[in-house]
Amino acid sequence: MTNDLIHATAAELAAKIHSGEVSSVEVTQAHLDRIAETDGKVHAFLHVDAEGALAQARKVDEAVKAGETVSPLAGVPLALKDVMTTEGVPTTVGSKILEGWLPPYDATVTRKLKEAGVVILGKTNMDEFAMGSSTENSAYGPTHNPWDLDRIPGGSGGGSSAALAALQAPLAIGTDTGGSIRQPGAVTGTVGVKPTYGGVSRYGLVAFSSSLDQAGPCARTVLDAALLHEVIAGYDEMDSTSINEPVPPVVAAAREGLTGDLSGVRIGVVTQFQGEGYQPGVLRSFQAAVSQLKELGAEIADVSCPSFDYALPAYYLIAPSECSSNLARFDAMRYGLRVGDDGTRSTEEVMSLTREAGFGPEVKRRIMIGTYALSSGYYDAYYGSAQKVRTLITRDFQKAFATFDVLISPTTPTTAFKIGERADDPMAMYKADLCTIPANLAGTPAMSVPSGLSDEDGLPVGLQIMAPALQDHRMYRVAAAYEAARGAFGGASL
Amino acid sequence: MPSISRDEVAHLAKLARLAVTEDELDLFAGQLDVILQSVATVGDIATADIPPTSHAVPLTNVFREDVVRPSLGQQQALSGAPEAEDGRFRVPRILGEEA
Repeated sequence: MTNDLIHATAAELAAKIHSGEVSSVEVTQAHLDRIAETDGKVHAFLHVDAEGALAQARKVDEAVKAGETVSPLAGVPLALKDVMTTEGVPTTVGSKILEGWLPPYDATVTRKLKEAGVVILGKTNMDEFAMGSSTENSAYGPTHNPWDLDRIPGGSGGGSSAALAALQAPLAIGTDTGGSIRQPGAVTGTVGVKPTYGGVSRYGLVAFSSSLDQAGPCARTVLDAALLHEVIAGYDEMDSTSINEPVPPVVAAAREGLTGDLSGVRIGVVTQFQGEGYQPGVLRSFQAAVSQLKELGAEIADVSCPSFDYALPAYYLIAPSECSSNLARFDAMRYGLRVGDDGTRSTEEVMSLTREAGFGPEVKRRIMIGTYALSSGYYDAYYGSAQKVRTLITRDFQKAFATFDVLISPTTPTTAFKIGERADDPMAMYKADLCTIPANLAGTPAMSVPSGLSDEDGLPVGLQIMAPALQDHRMYRVAAAYEAARGAFGGASL
Repeated sequence: MPSISRDEVAHLAKLARLAVTEDELDLFAGQLDVILQSVATVGDIATADIPPTSHAVPLTNVFREDVVRPSLGQQQALSGAPEAEDGRFRVPRILGEEA
């Protein structure tokens, strides 16, 4: 029974809980047990809130017993990335600078999950301040990929994706600034969605790069991701960049896609994202996906987006620039760590000592790159040029979407690499985000759906599907049809 | 020739309020140089006629009615402070010796 519960999809669990076949408490306890049994190896969680989870589960069970209509995912457990504030529950963002901090308020995403009756199991591990592609930059130690414990689970949201692959939760929340939902999804064989920028509120999402940060759903199936998408999305007056438009009909689109017909859907293959630097097994998996999409009735052709070759350098100027400004708030005065305040030192000295002690190497690197790129004399050559590249990337997307409904590419150039392999080489690490970054710069939605295992190493590969802004449902339809044809992944065997 | 020197990195660290160690300066100087040389390629296609994009969504200022609404109380706002006193954040000395 327990085994069935941890293998079930969120949609299946919701149906069972709402019909009274099982209780949310049973489902929640099964996942808490699974975490207790496996997280010593995986380290997906930074904090498990068993008490809070079971209290929420009991509330849902009472509502179901009383015959009340509950929200579609009520009673289903979820793993929440530690970048979202949770009132009274630790939120570290993977950093020592916020160790022990108990936020005084819930993020909008957290509030929406609670209001929908979703059971939050705990907070998941991540690269510090979401800066990284491997979760090795967490100040609390790396997360291990359930498919091979010696390998990275992707990043920054490696904890959320590993929790799904390890069957510790059927649902998770991630945030995606340059690929932090999609790349972990790809390398753990799970589904990860970055919605249209502004589609999900950033209120209470600890900021890294505000013009790029976007929260989104993670799951083991496309339909589950869609169900979660509709819970967390929508206009929020607490976020001035929130889009005041109806939430795209992603659940209906996923259900339509599951019928398996893609007749008339025009799909563009981005030619920039193949060739040199791409693992042959990843490209073979991608080609197999292209063939499968053709069989489903899609019309497929190549499309060239030349500016995408410059997305990576533009991103590694824009994101550090915004982070150098955003992380100025960690000043050792209002919250978080303070070191060196012995009565003799000035505020500025205490600030510098605290930030030195509280931030890890990658965060310091990015703050300094951002400080450099924004300084007078360098601004035009670096930050200014990066902003122009952003314009070109948006134009390339617009041109491509005039012909195609969605665009596709591999999600990542390679499968999961070994823990430690790229730790001393920042540029090699950055290349994991090669294919995912353009969608962040343009603010368009994109997702990763498993496309099988690479034939040379047996590790998961992801297919990336990109759509125009506010057309998130288009990619869900294609992803669901593809998943139905290929068969959904379960979790990894641990 | 490196695009950034060790002294420049030390200056950046000071601007960014990071009390980096000597060892870190050696490490970061090399790494920042590699990163900056690599990202400088944006200049290859960023010609003068292209307008910059700061944000994917056109932003307009958002106003709301100026009415009192529930918000964090003083105690909640101070709950995460490293030090608080008399309902305020307690900070180290701000003025220099000459004050």
